[in-house]
Amino acid sequence: MRYLPKSDSERRQMLDVCGLGSTDELFSHLPPEARLQRPLKLDPGKSEYEIVDWFRERGLETAPGYASFLGAGVYSHYRPVLVDTVVSRGEFLTSYTPYQAEISQGTLTTIFEFQTMICQLTGMEVANASMYDGSTAVPEAAMMAVRITGRHKVLIARSVHPEYREVLKTYCQHQGMPIDEVAFDLKQGSVQLSDAEAKLSDEVAAIIIQSPNFFGVVEEVKAAADLAHKHGALLVVIFTEAVSLGLLEPARDADIVAGELQSFAISPSYGGPYAGIIATRDKYIRQLPGRLVGETKDANGNRAFCLTLSTREQHIRREKATSNICTNQALIALMATVFMTVYGKEGLRELAQQNLSKAHYLASGLTRRFSGPFFNEFVIEAPESLNDELLRERIIGGVPLGRWYPELQNTMLVCATEMTKREHMDTFRRVANAVSEPALAEGARR
Amino acid sequence: MIRKTRPHITQNEPLLFEISSPGKRAWQLPDLDVPAVDANEALGSDAVRHEIDNFPEVSEVEAIRHFTRLSTWNYAIDLGMYPLGSCTMKYNPRINELVARTEGLAWAHPYQPEQLAQGAMEVTAVLEAALCEITGMDAISLQPAAGAHGEMTGIMLIRSLLQSRGNPRRRLLIPDSAHGTNPATAAMVGYEVQNIRSNDQGLVDLAALEQVVDDQTAGIMITNPNTVGVFEENIIKVTEILHRRGALVYMDGANMNALVGIARPGDFGIDVMHLNLHKTFSTPHGGGGPGAGPVAVKQHLEPFLPTPRLKRTNDAWSWDYNHPQSIGRVRAFYGNFGVLVRALAYIMAHGREGLRQATVDAVLNANYIRKHLEPWFDLPYKAPSMHECVFSDSRQAKKGVRTGDIAKRLIDYGFHPYTVSFPLIVPGALMIEPTETEGKRELDLFIDALISIANEIEQDPQIVLKAPHLTRTSRVDEVTAARKPIVRWKPESTASQAAD
Repeated sequence: MRYLPKSDSERRQMLDVCGLGSTDELFSHLPPEARLQRPLKLDPGKSEYEIVDWFRERGLETAPGYASFLGAGVYSHYRPVLVDTVVSRGEFLTSYTPYQAEISQGTLTTIFEFQTMICQLTGMEVANASMYDGSTAVPEAAMMAVRITGRHKVLIARSVHPEYREVLKTYCQHQGMPIDEVAFDLKQGSVQLSDAEAKLSDEVAAIIIQSPNFFGVVEEVKAAADLAHKHGALLVVIFTEAVSLGLLEPARDADIVAGELQSFAISPSYGGPYAGIIATRDKYIRQLPGRLVGETKDANGNRAFCLTLSTREQHIRREKATSNICTNQALIALMATVFMTVYGKEGLRELAQQNLSKAHYLASGLTRRFSGPFFNEFVIEAPESLNDELLRERIIGGVPLGRWYPELQNTMLVCATEMTKREHMDTFRRVANAVSEPALAEGARR
Repeated sequence: MIRKTRPHITQNEPLLFEISSPGKRAWQLPDLDVPAVDANEALGSDAVRHEIDNFPEVSEVEAIRHFTRLSTWNYAIDLGMYPLGSCTMKYNPRINELVARTEGLAWAHPYQPEQLAQGAMEVTAVLEAALCEITGMDAISLQPAAGAHGEMTGIMLIRSLLQSRGNPRRRLLIPDSAHGTNPATAAMVGYEVQNIRSNDQGLVDLAALEQVVDDQTAGIMITNPNTVGVFEENIIKVTEILHRRGALVYMDGANMNALVGIARPGDFGIDVMHLNLHKTFSTPHGGGGPGAGPVAVKQHLEPFLPTPRLKRTNDAWSWDYNHPQSIGRVRAFYGNFGVLVRALAYIMAHGREGLRQATVDAVLNANYIRKHLEPWFDLPYKAPSMHECVFSDSRQAKKGVRTGDIAKRLIDYGFHPYTVSFPLIVPGALMIEPTETEGKRELDLFIDALISIANEIEQDPQIVLKAPHLTRTSRVDEVTAARKPIVRWKPESTASQAAD
């Protein structure tokens, strides 16, 4: 087998050293009833060529060559070539978590840069080295708010990604953390702060909103923060579209920002791996979950970096840790770091500007469901048949919202990025108008 | 004598923010093919940000040099052995990276129509079946993103099953040799942790176990082989004691590399377990992640698995959300799919014989190291070793040298340290897991290095106490880092750092 670097004669020599007659003796102390007495029912090993070919065929069954208007937490952005060039270096790809600082300065330095750039982008003062993804960052942020405030209830806007809300619910169910949901304004598509106000009490640890929210609408963070703070609660702001941070004012009034960096050169890859982050104020640093890199010096006085404040973490604090997270998404965070470096200050802004322009071009020929300001995705009114019609043109349309929001039947969430071609948007608009006219006419007849 | 390394020049490199200057660029976007929109008009001027202060501005050449220079400051599997006990740092086959970037798979959106996602779903289904066969379990969820995430999922399953029987119970038993994630997980799922002591062989003490298991015991979180690298020879009795009282057995699959093709948790009484695909199944560690932590269960826990689950109807795959007893989602979408692709490529490359041979070689390597080092280091637990062996620094401690010092000296010899001071039941532990992907030559160099260090400790402990000597970064002051945390770069600190 090509991944096993020993010849049979070397195995023989090693067995001799161990005083064993055969490899089977290595396992002779296992209770026989615990042993597998037959070969695994798996295929024999395959060559590289066969494996590449098998996966290529699976790829061909997975919509290559289709144009797509899907967003909803996962966005198609161009991945600069430098990203894979850097993360393919064995020194990054095949290294372990940088506990041994003396031989891990490469990884540690990039994480320190990552933490810094996330702070610059979000307007926060400290960011961790990554979470699994945006969805799991939400309950981690909620638990953090509970620790900080000593309160236990959480309010989350219904305009937060539905799957993120489901994850929050799963995490909180056994921790004595009741969750209540906050309605959205049916005209604007933004969180209804009056509903939040009605549900606030001295038991509420945090209000969680998303901006741009799941409907693509940019929320008024300042007003939400003022409301939360007035009632002694924290404001947690989630983002799923990191490119929006190139243009939008960050949630500086939030206490915790949690988000998903998939937009930063991370392939959609059918849902993962992605990278989440949590950023916050310096004063809350000891309640932050996950790994953190800090600057220090080595014995010769040179600048050096190391993992720090690990007394927050499970390997030291065990059941009293801030989270059980251990393995995170380091290499994916490195992809995001390279992406941020390639685009930089001006590039990220121009990239965001292009997303804004493309999405507004697409929207100009369609019927928007909500009137609130949007960045690169928005909800349209359209019958479900639109997606079927678009597929005939090799276009994947939007995400129908009825499955999560009964009140939003016959609407879908559509997205345009810098990768979306004008010709496809023109086709989308033409098909959408053709489909909705008879549908509207039929609706009028009823 | 140091045989594996010789120093070479490494490049200095400031932080990105320190090499940045206005107007430099590493990007070019195509011309906009639609009318430009005025952001202030579209969003309102309050919603539009000013420039991002101090965000980097570098050229493409500077960017690639920056990251390449930093990369040379890392140790990595591609450079040599990584004997981290419990971490299973094995070779990461490059074909895995290639197939994970297959166009249709890498660009598949999680919400694209199921009829246009069949290939990705097939990959998922084939991996599910393979992992069930390898573990001897009945069903699996690939949703958890890492080992600790899998633990949380698994313990929630236990809680939901017990709840459905009327009482979730209060306590989880966790051996004192367990990983820190186990008790942290128990707390997140609302359980009290009851530690149970290991016996003098490092195994679960059956008599002690009998005494603590009662009708408030939800289950036990057990690692097998345990963290001293020993197979729990009474594992079947352990599971019987728990099951008799209506409690369940969770297995931490961190050490599955000792079992694949040899023994299956499903055959020795385990109810639920997680796998670390970034350990046993070769997906790269990437400096700390991503991983994947699938959770495999026996039939009685299947109704509680996270949704959605794969379903086959009319010759097509679909996602099935209709599982009313499910614990719910533990993550958005379907898991770390790109990691799943890599793990499946690994299983396909090895096949049934290769997987078993890998286990045999992993165990042979650990025993070979143990045999050679036993005369030099104290081995507190003498039971036969599986895929790792754990020594204590007790002999060296008499000269004032501890396991952490020996680890740092090992760096000078060209190796990443072993796992230091874990498991906690071994004072001053040196926990060594070579994995199967080390050849005899690399193992011999490693053995020579540790013997040489043992001799240095006898003759001149100072050389070990002040190690590493040959790295570009000498011993790092972690105490100051924690006392005065500096966790982001700030412009005002530039001057003091110009010396780099």
